[in-house]
Amino acid sequence: MKQSLIYLLLFIVGILLTIFVDLPEFLVASSFSKWVLYLLILLIGIQLGSGKNLFKAAKAFGGKIVLVPIATIIGTFAAVSLVSIFLPHRSLTDCLSVGAGFAYYSLSSVLITEARGAELGALALIANIMREFCVLIFAPLMVKYFGKLAPINAGGATTLDVTLPVILKYSGQDFLVISAFHGMFLDMSVMLFVPLFLSL
Amino acid sequence: MLVIVIILVSGLLLGRLLRKTSIPKNIGIAVNITLMLLLFALGVSVGSNDEVLRNFPIIGLDALILSLAAILGSIICGKFVYNKFFRHKSNK
Repeated sequence: MKQSLIYLLLFIVGILLTIFVDLPEFLVASSFSKWVLYLLILLIGIQLGSGKNLFKAAKAFGGKIVLVPIATIIGTFAAVSLVSIFLPHRSLTDCLSVGAGFAYYSLSSVLITEARGAELGALALIANIMREFCVLIFAPLMVKYFGKLAPINAGGATTLDVTLPVILKYSGQDFLVISAFHGMFLDMSVMLFVPLFLSL
Repeated sequence: MLVIVIILVSGLLLGRLLRKTSIPKNIGIAVNITLMLLLFALGVSVGSNDEVLRNFPIIGLDALILSLAAILGSIICGKFVYNKFFRHKSNK
């Protein structure tokens, strides 16, 4: 939790510094966060590769592993549809498009901006950043009240990379395969569902 | 996404190779530092996006509602799947 708050603080510092200070060009370039992400994934891979054997874990789960991303998809769409009733200025398909981002804020917001404009695109960006953020900060609480799959479901498409470390920390190392599979499955789902809802 | 899978697999293989060395012990610290850097970078991306900054008050609430709904919906379904399919007597 303390670590999560440090992350939040750094995020805010990043925003504030960018607004008020003239940061060096390389920091502001979008490729900066991309490369840092790649570094993170490499380090996580090394950390996991040097640990115990993962293949036993994969076999142990079998076909039911698919139920995890399916639960995320159904849960997200159902909840977002329900909530769209209370947001009269946002159409059902607007809300579904945003929900279909599954925390994959970069791709989803770009797709949405191109189809529905910058306002909804910005909404998608913020909503999906928040989703990712909530997992980073509240993972321990999610595990406590909703079980070990909770941060994975909540994390959506980010469970392959950004939220993987916190998931492994609070749900356990055994959840690597489920988390990575879930992330991959949803990465593909974003590319399917966002354009689908935007076209309706 | 393919790039990410390639990097992850490369890391796994590299980790396997480095098993016998003392490097893996320090990786945890490197992960933490990199995560902190990533969150900072995320802040920079948001801070440099005028569209987001301008609209924040207006759409911030909508975004909060939608993201919380999505999270809750997911974890409620997830809890069902967890209890039904993933709990064993040996787990807690």
